[in-house]
Amino acid sequence: MRNVWIIFRKELRSYFVSPIAYLLLTMFAVIFGFFFWNSLGYFVFMGMESQMRGQAFPMNLNEQLIRPLLSNASVIGLFFIPMITMRLFAEEKRTGTIELLTTSPIRDVEVIIGKWLAAVSLYAGMLLFTALNFAFLFKYGNPDWKPLAIGYLGLLLQAGGLLAIGTFISTLTRNQIIAGAATFGVCLLLWVLEWVSGYETATWARVLSYLSVINHFESFAKGVIDSKDAIFYVTVIFLGLFFTSRSMESLRWRS
Amino acid sequence: MIKVTELTKKYARNVAVDHISFEVQKGEIIGFLGPNGAGKTTTMRMLTCFLPPSAGSATVAGFDVLEQPLEVKKRIGYLPETPPLYPEMDTTEYLTFVGKLKGLSGSELRGRIDYVCERCAITDVRHKLLGRLSKGYRQRVGLAQAIIHNPDVLILDEPTAGLDPKQINETRDLIKGLAGDHTIILSTHILPEVEQTCQKVMIINRGKLVATDSVQNLQSRARGAELVLVEVAGRNGNLDSATVQRRLEQIAGVSRVIFKETHQNRNMFEVESQKGFLRGDLARAVVEAGWDLNELRPTAMSLEEIFLQLTGEEVTDKAAAKGGQ
Ligand SMILES: Nc1ncnc2c1ncn2[C@@H]1O[C@H](COP(=O)(O)OP(=O)(O)OP(=O)(O)O)[C@@H](O)[C@H]1O
Ligand SMILES: [Mg+2]
Repeated sequence: MRNVWIIFRKELRSYFVSPIAYLLLTMFAVIFGFFFWNSLGYFVFMGMESQMRGQAFPMNLNEQLIRPLLSNASVIGLFFIPMITMRLFAEEKRTGTIELLTTSPIRDVEVIIGKWLAAVSLYAGMLLFTALNFAFLFKYGNPDWKPLAIGYLGLLLQAGGLLAIGTFISTLTRNQIIAGAATFGVCLLLWVLEWVSGYETATWARVLSYLSVINHFESFAKGVIDSKDAIFYVTVIFLGLFFTSRSMESLRWRS
Repeated sequence: MIKVTELTKKYARNVAVDHISFEVQKGEIIGFLGPNGAGKTTTMRMLTCFLPPSAGSATVAGFDVLEQPLEVKKRIGYLPETPPLYPEMDTTEYLTFVGKLKGLSGSELRGRIDYVCERCAITDVRHKLLGRLSKGYRQRVGLAQAIIHNPDVLILDEPTAGLDPKQINETRDLIKGLAGDHTIILSTHILPEVEQTCQKVMIINRGKLVATDSVQNLQSRARGAELVLVEVAGRNGNLDSATVQRRLEQIAGVSRVIFKETHQNRNMFEVESQKGFLRGDLARAVVEAGWDLNELRPTAMSLEEIFLQLTGEEVTDKAAAKGGQ
Protein backbone atom coordinates (compact mmCIF):
# COMPACT_ATOMS: atom_id res chain seq x y z
CA MET A 1 0.00 0.00 0.00
CA ARG A 2 2.81 2.36 0.97
CA ASN A 3 4.58 1.58 -2.29
CA VAL A 4 1.46 2.31 -4.33
CA TRP A 5 1.30 5.67 -2.63
CA ILE A 6 4.96 6.42 -3.39
CA ILE A 7 4.51 5.65 -7.09
CA PHE A 8 1.17 7.48 -7.19
CA ARG A 9 2.69 10.66 -5.75
CA LYS A 10 5.68 10.56 -8.07
CA GLU A 11 3.47 10.02 -11.11
CA LEU A 12 0.96 12.72 -10.24
CA ARG A 13 3.78 15.13 -9.55
CA SER A 14 5.37 14.52 -12.91
CA TYR A 15 2.03 15.27 -14.58
CA PHE A 16 2.01 18.65 -12.92
CA VAL A 17 5.69 19.43 -13.31
CA SER A 18 5.51 19.05 -17.05
CA PRO A 19 2.79 21.32 -18.39
CA ILE A 20 0.80 18.33 -19.69
CA ALA A 21 -1.61 18.31 -16.73
CA TYR A 22 -2.44 22.01 -17.09
CA LEU A 23 -2.80 21.65 -20.82
CA LEU A 24 -5.23 18.75 -20.49
CA LEU A 25 -7.22 20.43 -17.71
CA THR A 26 -7.58 23.61 -19.72
CA MET A 27 -8.44 21.96 -23.00
CA PHE A 28 -10.99 19.70 -21.42
CA ALA A 29 -12.56 22.59 -19.53
CA VAL A 30 -12.73 24.75 -22.65
CA ILE A 31 -14.18 22.07 -24.89
CA PHE A 32 -16.68 20.88 -22.35
CA GLY A 33 -17.54 24.48 -21.49
CA PHE A 34 -18.30 25.10 -25.13
CA PHE A 35 -20.65 22.10 -25.25
CA PHE A 36 -22.26 23.17 -22.01
CA TRP A 37 -23.06 26.75 -22.95
CA ASN A 38 -24.09 25.70 -26.40
CA SER A 39 -26.57 23.18 -25.05
CA LEU A 40 -27.75 25.59 -22.41
CA GLY A 41 -28.41 28.23 -25.03
CA TYR A 42 -30.36 25.77 -27.10
CA PHE A 43 -32.26 24.63 -24.03
CA VAL A 44 -33.25 28.16 -23.12
CA PHE A 45 -34.18 28.88 -26.75
CA MET A 46 -36.44 25.81 -26.83
CA GLY A 47 -38.04 26.90 -23.57
CA MET A 48 -38.90 30.35 -24.92
CA GLU A 49 -40.14 28.87 -28.16
CA SER A 50 -42.57 26.60 -26.39
CA GLN A 51 -43.83 29.46 -24.24
CA MET A 52 -44.50 31.63 -27.25
CA ARG A 53 -46.50 28.89 -28.89
CA GLY A 54 -48.41 28.58 -25.65
CA GLN A 55 -48.00 24.85 -25.44
CA ALA A 56 -46.80 23.23 -22.26
CA PHE A 57 -43.53 21.86 -23.53
CA PRO A 58 -42.15 19.56 -20.82
CA MET A 59 -38.92 21.12 -19.73
CA ASN A 60 -36.62 18.95 -17.67
CA LEU A 61 -33.05 19.95 -16.92
CA ASN A 62 -31.92 16.43 -16.17
CA GLU A 63 -33.52 14.84 -19.18
CA GLN A 64 -32.84 17.46 -21.77
CA LEU A 65 -29.65 19.12 -20.70
CA ILE A 66 -27.60 17.08 -18.27
CA ARG A 67 -28.06 13.70 -19.87
CA PRO A 68 -26.84 14.62 -23.35
CA LEU A 69 -24.05 16.65 -21.83
CA LEU A 70 -22.80 13.68 -19.86
CA SER A 71 -22.80 11.61 -23.03
CA ASN A 72 -20.80 14.34 -24.72
CA ALA A 73 -18.33 14.34 -21.85
CA SER A 74 -17.82 10.62 -22.21
CA VAL A 75 -16.95 11.02 -25.88
CA ILE A 76 -14.67 14.02 -25.31
CA GLY A 77 -12.90 11.92 -22.71
CA LEU A 78 -11.95 9.37 -25.37
CA PHE A 79 -9.73 11.95 -27.01
CA PHE A 80 -7.93 12.84 -23.82
CA ILE A 81 -7.21 9.39 -22.45
CA PRO A 82 -4.28 8.61 -24.78
CA MET A 83 -2.57 11.82 -23.73
CA ILE A 84 -2.84 10.82 -20.09
CA THR A 85 -1.49 7.30 -20.40
CA MET A 86 0.99 7.42 -23.24
CA ARG A 87 4.02 8.31 -21.17
CA LEU A 88 3.33 6.09 -18.16
CA PHE A 89 5.61 3.20 -19.10
CA ALA A 90 6.97 4.21 -22.51
CA GLU A 91 8.97 7.04 -20.97
CA GLU A 92 10.40 4.86 -18.20
CA LYS A 93 11.48 2.35 -20.79
CA ARG A 94 13.08 4.98 -22.97
CA THR A 95 15.11 6.65 -20.23
CA GLY A 96 15.97 3.39 -18.48
CA THR A 97 14.32 4.36 -15.19
CA ILE A 98 12.25 1.20 -15.50
CA GLU A 99 15.45 -0.53 -14.39
CA LEU A 100 15.26 1.35 -11.10
CA LEU A 101 11.63 0.42 -10.53
CA THR A 102 12.04 -3.24 -11.36
CA THR A 103 15.16 -3.67 -9.24
CA SER A 104 13.65 -1.98 -6.19
CA PRO A 105 11.89 -4.03 -3.53
CA ILE A 106 8.45 -3.23 -4.88
CA ARG A 107 5.97 -5.44 -6.69
CA ASP A 108 4.97 -4.90 -10.30
CA VAL A 109 1.30 -4.58 -9.30
CA GLU A 110 2.16 -1.79 -6.93
CA VAL A 111 3.88 0.12 -9.73
CA ILE A 112 0.98 -0.50 -12.10
CA ILE A 113 -1.78 0.45 -9.67
CA GLY A 114 0.12 3.53 -8.54
CA LYS A 115 0.50 4.73 -12.09
CA TRP A 116 -3.06 3.90 -13.06
CA LEU A 117 -4.47 5.66 -10.00
CA ALA A 118 -2.47 8.76 -10.86
CA ALA A 119 -3.95 8.70 -14.37
CA VAL A 120 -7.47 8.25 -12.97
CA SER A 121 -6.90 11.12 -10.55
CA LEU A 122 -5.85 13.45 -13.32
CA TYR A 123 -8.98 12.51 -15.24
CA ALA A 124 -11.06 13.04 -12.09
CA GLY A 125 -9.50 16.48 -11.84
CA MET A 126 -10.59 17.21 -15.39
CA LEU A 127 -14.13 16.11 -14.55
CA LEU A 128 -14.09 18.37 -11.50
CA PHE A 129 -13.69 21.36 -13.79
CA THR A 130 -16.77 20.35 -15.74
CA ALA A 131 -18.69 20.03 -12.49
CA LEU A 132 -18.26 23.79 -12.05
CA ASN A 133 -20.53 24.29 -15.04
CA PHE A 134 -23.19 22.15 -13.45
CA ALA A 135 -22.86 24.09 -10.22
CA PHE A 136 -24.18 27.01 -12.21
CA LEU A 137 -27.34 25.02 -12.99
CA PHE A 138 -27.90 24.38 -9.31
CA LYS A 139 -27.71 28.06 -8.62
CA TYR A 140 -30.35 29.09 -11.17
CA GLY A 141 -32.33 25.92 -11.69
CA ASN A 142 -33.47 22.98 -9.76
CA PRO A 143 -31.99 19.83 -11.23
CA ASP A 144 -31.91 16.49 -9.47
CA TRP A 145 -28.41 15.88 -8.17
CA LYS A 146 -28.58 12.09 -7.93
CA PRO A 147 -28.60 11.25 -11.65
CA LEU A 148 -25.79 13.74 -12.08
CA ALA A 149 -23.66 12.02 -9.45
CA ILE A 150 -24.35 8.64 -11.04
CA GLY A 151 -23.44 10.07 -14.41
CA TYR A 152 -20.09 11.18 -13.01
CA LEU A 153 -19.53 7.78 -11.49
CA GLY A 154 -20.14 6.29 -14.94
CA LEU A 155 -17.67 8.71 -16.53
CA LEU A 156 -15.05 7.75 -14.00
CA LEU A 157 -15.64 4.02 -14.46
CA GLN A 158 -15.49 4.31 -18.22
CA ALA A 159 -12.32 6.35 -18.09
CA GLY A 160 -10.86 3.88 -15.58
CA GLY A 161 -11.29 1.10 -18.11
CA LEU A 162 -9.85 3.05 -21.02
CA LEU A 163 -6.98 4.31 -18.89
CA ALA A 164 -6.17 0.72 -17.94
CA ILE A 165 -6.06 -0.16 -21.64
CA GLY A 166 -3.86 2.87 -22.30
CA THR A 167 -1.54 1.86 -19.48
CA PHE A 168 -1.22 -1.57 -21.03
CA ILE A 169 -0.44 -0.16 -24.46
CA SER A 170 2.19 2.09 -22.92
CA THR A 171 4.14 -0.95 -21.71
CA LEU A 172 4.43 -2.26 -25.26
CA THR A 173 6.69 0.44 -26.65
CA ARG A 174 9.39 2.86 -25.62
CA ASN A 175 7.95 5.53 -27.89
CA GLN A 176 5.31 7.77 -26.33
CA ILE A 177 3.89 8.85 -29.65
CA ILE A 178 3.29 5.27 -30.74
CA ALA A 179 1.70 4.46 -27.39
CA GLY A 180 -0.55 7.53 -27.68
CA ALA A 181 -1.57 6.89 -31.27
CA ALA A 182 -2.33 3.21 -30.62
CA THR A 183 -4.37 4.06 -27.54
CA PHE A 184 -6.28 6.67 -29.48
CA GLY A 185 -7.04 4.12 -32.20
CA VAL A 186 -8.30 1.60 -29.70
CA CYS A 187 -10.43 4.18 -27.88
CA LEU A 188 -11.95 5.33 -31.14
CA LEU A 189 -12.66 1.78 -32.22
CA LEU A 190 -14.32 0.95 -28.91
CA TRP A 191 -16.56 3.95 -29.46
CA VAL A 192 -17.64 3.33 -33.06
CA LEU A 193 -18.17 -0.41 -32.60
CA GLU A 194 -21.58 0.49 -31.35
CA TRP A 195 -22.62 1.75 -34.79
CA VAL A 196 -22.94 -1.74 -36.25
CA SER A 197 -26.00 -2.28 -34.12
CA GLY A 198 -27.69 0.41 -36.23
CA TYR A 199 -28.18 -1.89 -39.22
CA GLU A 200 -27.36 -5.38 -38.08
CA THR A 201 -28.84 -7.57 -35.38
CA ALA A 202 -26.90 -10.79 -35.85
CA THR A 203 -24.95 -12.20 -32.93
CA TRP A 204 -21.61 -10.85 -34.10
CA ALA A 205 -23.03 -7.37 -34.30
CA ARG A 206 -24.47 -7.66 -30.85
CA VAL A 207 -21.12 -8.87 -29.49
CA LEU A 208 -19.35 -5.95 -31.14
CA SER A 209 -21.80 -3.42 -29.86
CA TYR A 210 -21.56 -4.99 -26.42
CA LEU A 211 -17.83 -4.28 -26.53
CA SER A 212 -18.44 -0.62 -27.24
CA VAL A 213 -17.63 1.28 -24.08
CA ILE A 214 -20.03 4.08 -24.99
CA ASN A 215 -22.98 1.72 -24.99
CA HIS A 216 -22.54 0.93 -21.36
CA PHE A 217 -22.53 4.56 -20.43
CA GLU A 218 -26.15 5.15 -21.46
CA SER A 219 -27.59 3.75 -18.24
CA PHE A 220 -25.30 5.94 -16.13
CA ALA A 221 -26.24 9.00 -18.16
CA LYS A 222 -29.88 8.25 -17.41
CA GLY A 223 -29.00 8.20 -13.73
CA VAL A 224 -29.41 4.48 -13.14
CA ILE A 225 -26.70 2.16 -11.97
CA ASP A 226 -27.15 -0.93 -14.08
CA SER A 227 -25.03 -3.64 -12.50
CA LYS A 228 -24.40 -5.21 -15.92
CA ASP A 229 -22.77 -2.02 -17.16
CA ALA A 230 -20.86 -1.43 -13.94
CA ILE A 231 -19.52 -4.97 -14.11
CA PHE A 232 -18.49 -4.39 -17.72
CA TYR A 233 -16.37 -1.38 -16.78
CA VAL A 234 -14.86 -3.07 -13.75
CA THR A 235 -13.96 -6.04 -15.94
CA VAL A 236 -12.28 -3.78 -18.48
CA ILE A 237 -10.27 -2.13 -15.70
CA PHE A 238 -9.29 -5.48 -14.29
CA LEU A 239 -8.32 -6.96 -17.65
CA GLY A 240 -6.38 -3.86 -18.66
CA LEU A 241 -4.33 -3.91 -15.47
CA PHE A 242 -3.91 -7.67 -15.66
CA PHE A 243 -2.49 -7.47 -19.18
CA THR A 244 -0.25 -4.63 -18.04
CA SER A 245 1.26 -6.85 -15.39
CA ARG A 246 1.72 -9.71 -17.84
CA SER A 247 3.36 -7.34 -20.26
CA MET A 248 5.65 -5.94 -17.59
CA GLU A 249 6.75 -9.46 -16.80
CA SER A 250 7.36 -10.43 -20.41
CA LEU A 251 9.12 -7.14 -20.98
CA ARG A 252 11.88 -8.60 -18.86
CA TRP A 253 11.93 -11.83 -20.75
CA ARG A 254 12.29 -9.99 -24.00
CA SER A 255 14.55 -7.04 -23.35
CA MET B 1 27.38 -13.60 -0.36
CA ILE B 2 26.81 -14.11 -4.07
CA LYS B 3 26.76 -17.53 -5.63
CA VAL B 4 26.28 -18.04 -9.32
CA THR B 5 26.02 -21.47 -10.89
CA GLU B 6 25.91 -22.20 -14.59
CA LEU B 7 24.12 -18.92 -15.21
CA THR B 8 23.02 -18.58 -18.83
CA LYS B 9 21.13 -15.96 -20.77
CA LYS B 10 19.97 -16.56 -24.30
CA TYR B 11 18.49 -13.88 -26.47
CA ALA B 12 16.52 -14.72 -29.57
CA ARG B 13 19.59 -15.32 -31.70
CA ASN B 14 22.67 -15.23 -29.50
CA VAL B 15 23.86 -16.45 -26.14
CA ALA B 16 24.85 -13.38 -24.15
CA VAL B 17 25.98 -15.20 -21.03
CA ASP B 18 27.15 -18.77 -21.30
CA HIS B 19 27.24 -21.03 -18.23
CA ILE B 20 29.01 -18.70 -15.86
CA SER B 21 29.82 -19.86 -12.33
CA PHE B 22 31.50 -17.87 -9.58
CA GLU B 23 31.27 -16.98 -5.94
CA VAL B 24 31.83 -13.73 -4.14
CA GLN B 25 32.58 -13.65 -0.42
CA LYS B 26 31.25 -11.02 1.93
CA GLY B 27 33.30 -7.83 1.84
CA GLU B 28 35.06 -8.55 -1.41
CA ILE B 29 35.37 -6.18 -4.33
CA ILE B 30 35.21 -8.00 -7.63
CA GLY B 31 36.03 -6.44 -10.97
CA PHE B 32 34.11 -7.63 -13.94
CA LEU B 33 36.23 -7.11 -16.99
CA GLY B 34 35.53 -7.70 -20.63
CA PRO B 35 35.37 -6.11 -24.06
CA ASN B 36 32.16 -4.56 -25.40
CA GLY B 37 29.33 -7.00 -25.75
CA ALA B 38 30.99 -9.56 -23.49
CA GLY B 39 27.91 -9.98 -21.33
CA LYS B 40 28.81 -7.94 -18.25
CA THR B 41 25.63 -5.91 -18.18
CA THR B 42 23.52 -8.96 -18.88
CA THR B 43 25.05 -10.84 -15.96
CA MET B 44 24.50 -7.90 -13.65
CA ARG B 45 20.92 -7.56 -14.77
CA MET B 46 20.31 -11.17 -13.87
CA LEU B 47 21.84 -10.68 -10.43
CA THR B 48 19.59 -7.68 -9.80
CA CYS B 49 16.46 -9.56 -10.88
CA PHE B 50 15.94 -7.27 -13.85
CA LEU B 51 16.34 -10.14 -16.29
CA PRO B 52 15.47 -13.73 -15.49
CA PRO B 53 18.18 -16.28 -16.34
CA SER B 54 17.49 -18.69 -19.20
CA ALA B 55 19.22 -21.43 -17.23
CA GLY B 56 21.28 -21.85 -14.10
CA SER B 57 20.80 -20.07 -10.83
CA ALA B 58 22.08 -17.15 -8.81
CA THR B 59 21.67 -16.47 -5.12
CA VAL B 60 22.35 -13.23 -3.30
CA ALA B 61 22.71 -13.39 0.49
CA GLY B 62 21.16 -16.84 0.34
CA PHE B 63 18.09 -15.80 -1.64
CA ASP B 64 17.46 -17.07 -5.14
CA VAL B 65 16.90 -14.36 -7.76
CA LEU B 66 13.95 -16.24 -9.23
CA GLU B 67 12.36 -17.62 -6.07
CA GLN B 68 12.62 -14.64 -3.74
CA PRO B 69 13.34 -11.58 -5.86
CA LEU B 70 11.93 -9.17 -3.27
CA GLU B 71 14.43 -10.30 -0.64
CA VAL B 72 17.25 -10.05 -3.15
CA LYS B 73 16.21 -6.56 -4.24
CA LYS B 74 16.12 -5.34 -0.64
CA ARG B 75 19.79 -6.21 -0.25
CA ILE B 76 21.10 -4.88 -3.53
CA GLY B 77 22.13 -1.42 -4.59
CA TYR B 78 22.35 -1.18 -8.35
CA LEU B 79 23.82 1.40 -10.65
CA PRO B 80 22.74 0.50 -14.20
CA GLU B 81 24.80 1.36 -17.25
CA THR B 82 22.75 4.53 -17.79
CA PRO B 83 21.89 6.13 -14.45
CA PRO B 84 18.11 5.81 -14.00
CA LEU B 85 17.27 9.46 -13.42
CA TYR B 86 13.99 11.33 -13.79
CA PRO B 87 14.89 14.58 -15.55
CA GLU B 88 12.00 16.51 -14.01
CA MET B 89 13.12 15.87 -10.42
CA ASP B 90 15.83 17.67 -8.52
CA THR B 91 18.54 15.71 -6.74
CA THR B 92 17.06 15.77 -3.25
CA GLU B 93 13.62 14.89 -4.50
CA TYR B 94 14.99 12.02 -6.53
CA LEU B 95 16.99 10.59 -3.66
CA THR B 96 13.94 10.90 -1.42
CA PHE B 97 11.88 8.98 -3.95
CA VAL B 98 14.48 6.22 -4.33
CA GLY B 99 15.01 6.05 -0.56
CA LYS B 100 11.30 5.56 -0.03
CA LEU B 101 11.19 2.89 -2.72
CA LYS B 102 13.93 1.07 -0.84
CA GLY B 103 11.92 1.28 2.38
CA LEU B 104 13.52 4.23 4.18
CA SER B 105 11.52 7.04 5.76
CA GLY B 106 11.60 9.98 8.14
CA SER B 107 14.79 11.19 9.76
CA GLU B 108 16.67 8.05 8.78
CA LEU B 109 16.02 8.86 5.14
CA ARG B 110 17.06 12.49 5.57
CA GLY B 111 20.23 11.39 7.30
CA ARG B 112 21.10 8.97 4.52
CA ILE B 113 20.47 11.62 1.87
CA ASP B 114 22.87 14.02 3.59
CA TYR B 115 25.41 11.23 3.90
CA VAL B 116 25.31 10.03 0.29
CA CYS B 117 25.30 13.59 -1.04
CA GLU B 118 28.52 14.20 0.80
CA ARG B 119 30.09 10.87 -0.10
CA CYS B 120 29.32 11.29 -3.79
CA ALA B 121 30.16 15.00 -3.85
CA ILE B 122 26.78 16.14 -5.09
CA THR B 123 25.91 18.53 -2.27
CA ASP B 124 26.32 21.49 -4.61
CA VAL B 125 23.69 20.18 -7.04
CA ARG B 126 21.12 19.15 -4.44
CA HIS B 127 18.52 21.54 -5.79
CA LYS B 128 19.30 21.25 -9.45
CA LEU B 129 17.04 19.46 -11.90
CA LEU B 130 18.51 16.11 -12.88
CA GLY B 131 17.78 16.83 -16.52
CA ARG B 132 20.21 19.74 -16.37
CA LEU B 133 23.12 17.87 -14.80
CA SER B 134 26.31 17.10 -16.69
CA LYS B 135 27.20 13.51 -17.49
CA GLY B 136 29.61 13.18 -14.59
CA TYR B 137 27.12 14.53 -12.10
CA ARG B 138 24.42 12.23 -13.40
CA GLN B 139 26.79 9.35 -12.80
CA ARG B 140 27.44 10.54 -9.26
CA VAL B 141 23.74 10.88 -8.49
CA GLY B 142 23.33 7.38 -9.90
CA LEU B 143 25.96 6.13 -7.50
CA ALA B 144 24.32 7.99 -4.61
CA GLN B 145 21.03 6.33 -5.47
CA ALA B 146 22.67 2.91 -5.40
CA ILE B 147 24.06 3.28 -1.89
CA ILE B 148 21.18 5.22 -0.34
CA HIS B 149 19.78 2.28 1.63
CA ASN B 150 23.19 1.01 2.71
CA PRO B 151 22.79 -2.31 0.88
CA ASP B 152 24.81 -5.43 1.62
CA VAL B 153 25.60 -5.92 -2.04
CA LEU B 154 26.51 -3.23 -4.53
CA ILE B 155 26.36 -3.89 -8.24
CA LEU B 156 27.87 -1.11 -10.26
CA ASP B 157 27.87 -1.15 -14.03
CA GLU B 158 30.77 1.03 -15.14
CA PRO B 159 30.65 3.35 -12.15
CA THR B 160 33.40 5.69 -13.34
CA ALA B 161 32.17 6.16 -16.91
CA GLY B 162 32.08 9.85 -17.77
CA LEU B 163 33.80 11.13 -14.65
CA ASP B 164 36.76 13.49 -14.60
CA PRO B 165 40.13 12.13 -13.37
CA LYS B 166 39.80 13.67 -9.93
CA GLN B 167 36.33 12.28 -9.50
CA ILE B 168 37.44 8.88 -10.81
CA ASN B 169 39.99 8.72 -8.00
CA GLU B 170 37.43 9.86 -5.45
CA THR B 171 34.93 7.31 -6.68
CA ARG B 172 37.51 4.55 -6.48
CA ASP B 173 38.32 5.59 -2.95
CA LEU B 174 34.63 5.68 -2.15
CA ILE B 175 34.19 2.18 -3.51
CA LYS B 176 37.20 0.94 -1.60
CA GLY B 177 35.85 2.60 1.53
CA LEU B 178 32.54 0.83 1.12
CA ALA B 179 34.21 -2.58 0.94
CA GLY B 180 34.30 -4.55 4.12
CA ASP B 181 30.69 -3.98 5.07
CA HIS B 182 29.55 -4.25 1.50
CA THR B 183 30.17 -6.81 -1.17
CA ILE B 184 30.81 -5.09 -4.46
CA ILE B 185 30.75 -6.18 -8.06
CA LEU B 186 31.77 -3.57 -10.58
CA SER B 187 32.22 -3.78 -14.29
CA THR B 188 34.67 -1.77 -16.31
CA HIS B 189 36.76 -1.65 -19.44
CA ILE B 190 39.48 0.28 -17.70
CA LEU B 191 42.19 -2.08 -16.57
CA PRO B 192 44.07 0.14 -14.11
CA GLU B 193 40.78 0.59 -12.35
CA VAL B 194 40.64 -3.09 -11.57
CA GLU B 195 44.26 -3.11 -10.47
CA GLN B 196 43.59 -0.24 -8.12
CA THR B 197 40.23 -1.06 -6.65
CA CYS B 198 39.55 -4.74 -6.84
CA GLN B 199 40.88 -7.74 -5.04
CA LYS B 200 39.61 -10.18 -7.56
CA VAL B 201 39.05 -10.03 -11.28
CA MET B 202 36.70 -11.94 -13.47
CA ILE B 203 37.44 -11.72 -17.13
CA ILE B 204 34.54 -12.43 -19.41
CA ASN B 205 34.58 -12.72 -23.16
CA ARG B 206 31.72 -13.59 -25.48
CA GLY B 207 29.62 -14.67 -22.55
CA LYS B 208 32.21 -17.05 -21.17
CA LEU B 209 34.24 -16.60 -18.03
CA VAL B 210 37.87 -16.91 -19.12
CA ALA B 211 39.56 -16.25 -15.80
CA THR B 212 38.74 -15.64 -12.16
CA ASP B 213 41.63 -14.84 -9.90
CA SER B 214 43.20 -12.28 -7.63
CA VAL B 215 44.95 -9.42 -9.38
CA GLN B 216 48.42 -10.56 -8.22
CA ASN B 217 47.86 -14.15 -9.27
CA LEU B 218 46.71 -13.09 -12.66
CA GLN B 219 49.77 -10.98 -13.16
CA SER B 220 52.18 -13.73 -12.23
CA ARG B 221 50.16 -16.24 -14.16
CA ALA B 222 50.92 -14.40 -17.32
CA ARG B 223 53.33 -16.17 -19.59
CA GLY B 224 56.63 -14.48 -18.78
CA ALA B 225 57.82 -14.16 -15.23
CA GLU B 226 59.87 -11.16 -16.23
CA LEU B 227 59.84 -8.82 -19.12
CA VAL B 228 62.82 -6.60 -19.78
CA LEU B 229 63.17 -3.75 -22.20
CA VAL B 230 66.65 -3.52 -23.72
CA GLU B 231 68.03 -0.78 -25.90
CA VAL B 232 71.22 -1.56 -27.77
CA ALA B 233 73.26 0.77 -29.94
CA GLY B 234 76.32 0.17 -32.10
CA ARG B 235 79.60 1.87 -31.21
CA ASN B 236 80.26 3.03 -34.74
CA GLY B 237 78.11 2.73 -37.76
CA ASN B 238 75.00 0.74 -38.18
CA LEU B 239 74.06 -2.25 -36.20
CA ASP B 240 72.06 -5.05 -37.71
CA SER B 241 69.12 -5.66 -35.46
CA ALA B 242 68.82 -9.29 -36.55
CA THR B 243 72.37 -9.92 -35.29
CA VAL B 244 71.54 -8.45 -31.91
CA GLN B 245 68.33 -10.43 -31.72
CA ARG B 246 70.19 -13.67 -32.47
CA ARG B 247 72.79 -12.90 -29.82
CA LEU B 248 70.11 -12.13 -27.20
CA GLU B 249 68.23 -15.29 -27.96
CA GLN B 250 71.31 -17.34 -27.21
CA ILE B 251 71.40 -16.22 -23.59
CA ALA B 252 70.33 -19.05 -21.30
CA GLY B 253 66.91 -18.52 -19.75
CA VAL B 254 65.57 -16.21 -22.44
CA SER B 255 62.32 -17.55 -23.85
CA ARG B 256 61.44 -14.89 -26.34
CA VAL B 257 62.95 -11.79 -27.88
CA ILE B 258 60.73 -9.34 -29.59
CA PHE B 259 62.16 -6.64 -31.78
CA LYS B 260 60.30 -3.42 -31.00
CA GLU B 261 61.76 -0.65 -33.10
CA THR B 262 64.89 0.93 -34.37
CA HIS B 263 65.89 4.59 -34.16
CA GLN B 264 68.94 5.62 -36.14
CA ASN B 265 71.23 2.93 -34.81
CA ARG B 266 69.52 2.28 -31.50
CA ASN B 267 67.53 -0.94 -31.35
CA MET B 268 64.81 -1.70 -28.84
CA PHE B 269 64.00 -5.26 -27.79
CA GLU B 270 61.58 -6.81 -25.39
CA VAL B 271 63.13 -9.83 -23.72
CA GLU B 272 60.95 -12.32 -21.93
CA SER B 273 62.35 -14.88 -19.54
CA GLN B 274 60.97 -17.77 -17.54
CA LYS B 275 63.36 -17.38 -14.63
CA GLY B 276 63.89 -14.01 -13.08
CA PHE B 277 67.16 -12.12 -12.72
CA LEU B 278 68.86 -12.46 -16.08
CA ARG B 279 69.47 -8.76 -16.32
CA GLY B 280 73.12 -9.28 -15.43
CA ASP B 281 73.56 -11.89 -18.16
CA LEU B 282 71.88 -9.61 -20.62
CA ALA B 283 74.11 -6.66 -19.82
CA ARG B 284 77.27 -8.76 -20.05
CA ALA B 285 76.27 -10.29 -23.39
CA VAL B 286 75.65 -6.89 -24.94
CA VAL B 287 78.83 -5.33 -23.65
CA GLU B 288 80.99 -8.35 -24.57
CA ALA B 289 79.70 -8.13 -28.13
CA GLY B 290 81.09 -4.60 -28.23
CA TRP B 291 77.76 -2.80 -28.29
CA ASP B 292 76.40 -0.05 -26.09
CA LEU B 293 73.72 -0.84 -23.59
CA ASN B 294 71.63 2.32 -23.51
CA GLU B 295 68.74 1.08 -21.45
CA LEU B 296 67.77 -1.95 -19.45
CA ARG B 297 64.41 -1.67 -17.79
CA PRO B 298 62.20 -4.38 -16.28
CA THR B 299 58.52 -4.01 -17.12
CA ALA B 300 55.86 -5.95 -15.30
CA MET B 301 53.37 -7.69 -17.50
CA SER B 302 50.41 -5.35 -17.24
CA LEU B 303 46.92 -6.52 -16.68
CA GLU B 304 46.19 -5.17 -20.09
CA GLU B 305 48.44 -7.72 -21.72
CA ILE B 306 47.01 -10.50 -19.64
CA PHE B 307 43.59 -9.35 -20.62
CA LEU B 308 44.42 -9.33 -24.29
CA GLN B 309 46.06 -12.70 -23.95
CA LEU B 310 43.03 -14.19 -22.26
CA THR B 311 40.41 -12.70 -24.52
CA GLY B 312 42.12 -14.15 -27.55
CA GLU B 313 41.59 -12.51 -30.86
CA GLU B 314 43.00 -9.11 -29.99
CA VAL B 315 46.37 -10.71 -29.32
CA THR B 316 46.64 -11.90 -32.87
CA ASP B 317 45.59 -8.47 -34.09
CA LYS B 318 48.31 -6.91 -32.03
CA ALA B 319 50.88 -9.40 -33.27
CA ALA B 320 49.85 -8.78 -36.83
CA ALA B 321 50.20 -5.05 -36.33
CA LYS B 322 53.66 -5.61 -34.90
CA GLY B 323 54.73 -7.79 -37.76
CA GLY B 324 53.73 -5.10 -40.17
CA GLN B 325 55.95 -2.48 -38.61
N1 LIG C 1 17.83 -6.91 -25.42
C1 LIG C 1 18.72 -7.63 -26.10
N2 LIG C 1 18.32 -8.40 -27.14
C2 LIG C 1 19.20 -9.14 -27.83
N3 LIG C 1 20.50 -9.18 -27.57
C3 LIG C 1 20.99 -8.44 -26.55
C4 LIG C 1 20.12 -7.63 -25.77
N4 LIG C 1 20.86 -7.01 -24.82
C5 LIG C 1 22.13 -7.41 -25.02
N5 LIG C 1 22.21 -8.27 -26.05
C6 LIG C 1 23.43 -8.93 -26.54
O1 LIG C 1 24.04 -9.62 -25.48
C7 LIG C 1 25.45 -9.50 -25.56
C8 LIG C 1 26.01 -9.00 -24.24
O2 LIG C 1 25.60 -7.69 -24.04
P1 LIG C 1 25.96 -6.87 -22.71
O3 LIG C 1 25.18 -5.61 -22.75
O4 LIG C 1 25.78 -7.74 -21.53
O5 LIG C 1 27.52 -6.56 -22.93
P2 LIG C 1 28.50 -5.73 -22.00
O6 LIG C 1 29.57 -6.67 -21.57
O7 LIG C 1 27.76 -5.03 -20.93
O8 LIG C 1 29.10 -4.71 -23.04
P3 LIG C 1 29.54 -3.17 -22.83
O9 LIG C 1 30.95 -3.23 -22.36
O10 LIG C 1 29.46 -2.61 -24.20
O11 LIG C 1 28.61 -2.54 -21.87
C9 LIG C 1 25.74 -8.59 -26.74
O12 LIG C 1 26.13 -9.41 -27.81
C10 LIG C 1 24.44 -7.91 -27.02
O13 LIG C 1 24.31 -7.68 -28.40
MG1 LIG D 1 27.53 -3.10 -20.39
